[in-house]
Amino acid sequence: MIIAVGRRTGLTAIRSLRDLDWPLMVTALIIALMGGLQIYSATHGTKLESSWWKHMINIVVGVALMLIFSRINYHTLLGQVPYLYGISMFLLVLTLMFGKRILGARRWIVVGGQSVQISEFVKIVVILLVAWYLVEMRTKRLELPDLLKLSGLVLIPFLLVRKQPDLGTALTFLPALAAGVLLVGMRWQYVVAVGCVLLALLGVFWFFDADGYQKDRILTFVDPERDPQGKGYQVLQSRIAVGNGGVWGQGVTRGSQTQLRFLPIAPTDFIFSTFAEEHGFVGVIIALGLYYLLLVQIVQNGQTAPDRAGTIICIGVSATLLFHLLVNVGMVINRMPVVGIPLPLMSYGGTSTLAVFVMLGLVMNVRSQRLFS
Amino acid sequence: MTIFPSPRKPEHLTERPLFADDKKFAESQITFFHYLMVGVFFFLASGYWSIQVIDSDYYQDQAHNNTIRSLPLPAARGRILDRDGRVIVDNLSSFSCLLSRERFKEENLPLIAQGLNLDLKELEERLKRFRKQARYVPVIIKEHLTPADVAFVESNRHADMFPEIELIHSVRRIYPRESFLSHVLGYVAEASEAELDRPEYAAFSPGDIIGKDGIERYYNDSLMGKDGQRVSLVNNRGKELQLLKNQDPSAGQPLKLTIDLDLQAVAELTLQGKRGAVVALDPRNGDVLAMASRPAYDPNKFSTRISNADWKAILDDPETPLFNRALQSRLAPGSAIKPLVALAALEEGVIAPDYTANCPGHFFYVDHDFKCHARSGHGRVGLRYALAQSCDVFFYNVGLMLGIDKLSKWGEMAGLGRKTGIDLPGESTGDMPSRPWKMQKVRQGWLHGDMINVSIGQGYLTTTPLQLAHAIGGIASGGVWNPPHMVVGEPSKEKPRIAKVNIDHIQQVVGGMYAVVNQGGTASEAWLPGIEVCGKTGTSQLISNETMKRRGLTGIVKDNAWFAGFAPRSSPEIVVAALIEGGEHGDKASIIARDIIKAYFDKKMRAPAAPITAAPVTAALK
Repeated sequence: MIIAVGRRTGLTAIRSLRDLDWPLMVTALIIALMGGLQIYSATHGTKLESSWWKHMINIVVGVALMLIFSRINYHTLLGQVPYLYGISMFLLVLTLMFGKRILGARRWIVVGGQSVQISEFVKIVVILLVAWYLVEMRTKRLELPDLLKLSGLVLIPFLLVRKQPDLGTALTFLPALAAGVLLVGMRWQYVVAVGCVLLALLGVFWFFDADGYQKDRILTFVDPERDPQGKGYQVLQSRIAVGNGGVWGQGVTRGSQTQLRFLPIAPTDFIFSTFAEEHGFVGVIIALGLYYLLLVQIVQNGQTAPDRAGTIICIGVSATLLFHLLVNVGMVINRMPVVGIPLPLMSYGGTSTLAVFVMLGLVMNVRSQRLFS
Repeated sequence: MTIFPSPRKPEHLTERPLFADDKKFAESQITFFHYLMVGVFFFLASGYWSIQVIDSDYYQDQAHNNTIRSLPLPAARGRILDRDGRVIVDNLSSFSCLLSRERFKEENLPLIAQGLNLDLKELEERLKRFRKQARYVPVIIKEHLTPADVAFVESNRHADMFPEIELIHSVRRIYPRESFLSHVLGYVAEASEAELDRPEYAAFSPGDIIGKDGIERYYNDSLMGKDGQRVSLVNNRGKELQLLKNQDPSAGQPLKLTIDLDLQAVAELTLQGKRGAVVALDPRNGDVLAMASRPAYDPNKFSTRISNADWKAILDDPETPLFNRALQSRLAPGSAIKPLVALAALEEGVIAPDYTANCPGHFFYVDHDFKCHARSGHGRVGLRYALAQSCDVFFYNVGLMLGIDKLSKWGEMAGLGRKTGIDLPGESTGDMPSRPWKMQKVRQGWLHGDMINVSIGQGYLTTTPLQLAHAIGGIASGGVWNPPHMVVGEPSKEKPRIAKVNIDHIQQVVGGMYAVVNQGGTASEAWLPGIEVCGKTGTSQLISNETMKRRGLTGIVKDNAWFAGFAPRSSPEIVVAALIEGGEHGDKASIIARDIIKAYFDKKMRAPAAPITAAPVTAALK
């Protein structure tokens, strides 16, 4: 039987500190600090010079948030999902209406002088939503009406964020849904049906894409030389930077592509490109290895979770992070289309870093309850 | 069917794990996910393997040769034309010298500065400003090269001397008539660093030439073209290897002003050597026919990079040449406002058309003696004579009967106390006092003494020359105020205001203004043969006579001279407001207005005027 976790004794508090997932935390911190170093190297001498310092502050705040969330029982959070969901949809609508417009997209709302990207936190809400729904429906397998309802619930924030327009972040809501559905399982007929619907949607999107902006990006992905000064330019230069790194890299602050500012948004979406130039293939393998370690630990926590909800949360978090990794690291070498999503923990971006730490906090809480079953 | 399954208490969840029996929940799926993860990492690692290990030489070569040269192809700003299409502002073709920061060698800088006659310190500072930009964006170090400069750049830009310098073709803004119309046109200059930090300038980058004042600023978006760019991959000798992008510049849109060069020339000439402003409007549609302000400045000085000394000289000039007096000086209009007071009093039924008042030369109210400008008095006067001789006592009486509430209502109708909405930056609102206005500004209730002052255009009431022309023009056209605007085919965003007024009352007021010029009134000098010029002078004190005596300023601080006039008497086509600071008496200003009105009708006689495009005003006066 489970012990009531709501009221803590001194003993449980000490135990929870000992029980904190230190390896996971250390792995995350190493990656984040590598990010800070790389941001410094990519921005020193430019007007974004102070970014690395802000990134460090984000890490500190992020770790604090992670520790707080690791102490909040995830079942309590799951009980609040309808409210969390309602609030986040309200905030997304607010963003669309009153958001700060930067480079043509309304993605940020300003709270006390700080720009906050609500959609980053919605990622967490979507993970919780999927776990909550799949547990609450109380059937062993996912049936069609539930699948449709759940997809609909995820589709709403997807469309709201797509409207900003921010296709990249909108897409990051889907891995958690896919992971949840995969875990609970459904009949193969549904799988086929869903596949057909997705293909049809893709077709519709291709032919009726209002701004032509995404289509352009996908075409650029297929052929980067199509428009070397536009989107393709970034990818071309990024690929040259990565190749320039060679096996051992050019050394910190010595990457010529990075330092000559051939990469326009180096500290955010293209941070891995500058990393690869300065640290080479060896550095890339180490970084990817660290990410792999991080994800494996999250998946393991999912396996030892006390109940379904915990498993779904952990696998949802790892699927979301894996998707970020695949798209960002792949985009840098033109193996993925350029959709601007950040590299977790390494890219400069306050809200994104905080959101990743909160996700890790959730995973830690799931782990802390593993012995209760 | 509910979207959310029925909510249960959260405690319920913590009591027992859900599906705790399901020990092997999704075991195979998690294994599958793990394989997927491994697959993703292999996919990514293999990509980096092929680029960083297999093809590394190829990319290192590219990075080594990778110097991108981006040459700006400057776009010409749109020309500014007058209403007949004559060019007022043009562009001059010239050469500029660029410095490429990628090939830049520190030790060459003093030599280049010497060769181009540039101040080394200023040049270094300029380069510092561009530090935040991508390295391949070049810096323009000198514009409008002299032939000697061009020769210097041409002969030294090869790889062995100064590979960093480059010659490009550029265009320079030129104001051929120098200070002519300078306040309306404004000027262009390089966007300053402080401006670039402001959100409304987000679209500009360092080095961009933008409109800083006047039309150049207000219509910057349409005047400014889009610079082109020629981006190419070059080797380390500066030889172009591959053209990456060639974007032709697109020139800015030309702009046709409502200004008539002929009238403007007269306005500029008559103001020569004075300090003041004049505005001529077409009351039928709000076209600004002429607008001049003195002293003026030469906008050409700004369009090349202005030297610090020149800039300081202009800023520190006590005569404030950058100040557009036509729409920025807020001064008491004096008696020039009396037609509005008269019309308000007639319309509100406060006085009958045959009302008369006795003027003994002063007006004693409670404890203060308000003077009439004619010390011996005008005797018993009616409205027409009171306007013609500008009798103050008559208007003290009328003003007190009218009251501020009704006057401010009419003042607002005539556009006083707020911007006319003209398409020029920096317009002043002027002040149309009212009870709430005074409470807010002075924190005092409205007094009868205030009313007495305001009824002769003194005290709290202030207008700009533009507002006065607009207000008088509306009265002259029978209560139709068309907001002024500067560009042909670009009517004001403000809506025309139409007051339902009694035509007889308009005729009473206009009759008085006719007498001012034609029947021995205060502006007899504005009389023109064959043209029925009407108007009203104003002489406004800056400080009261007593203060002047006390401070010993008599004869030093001189009264401002105003005149607002229009012609012809019925269905006016032009209304002119003139202000001469320290002009002492309104008839000095009336001469300027007369000359502009004369120029207008002279031109009309010579050639049929261009058809008026705006909606005709109801022929109120017949």
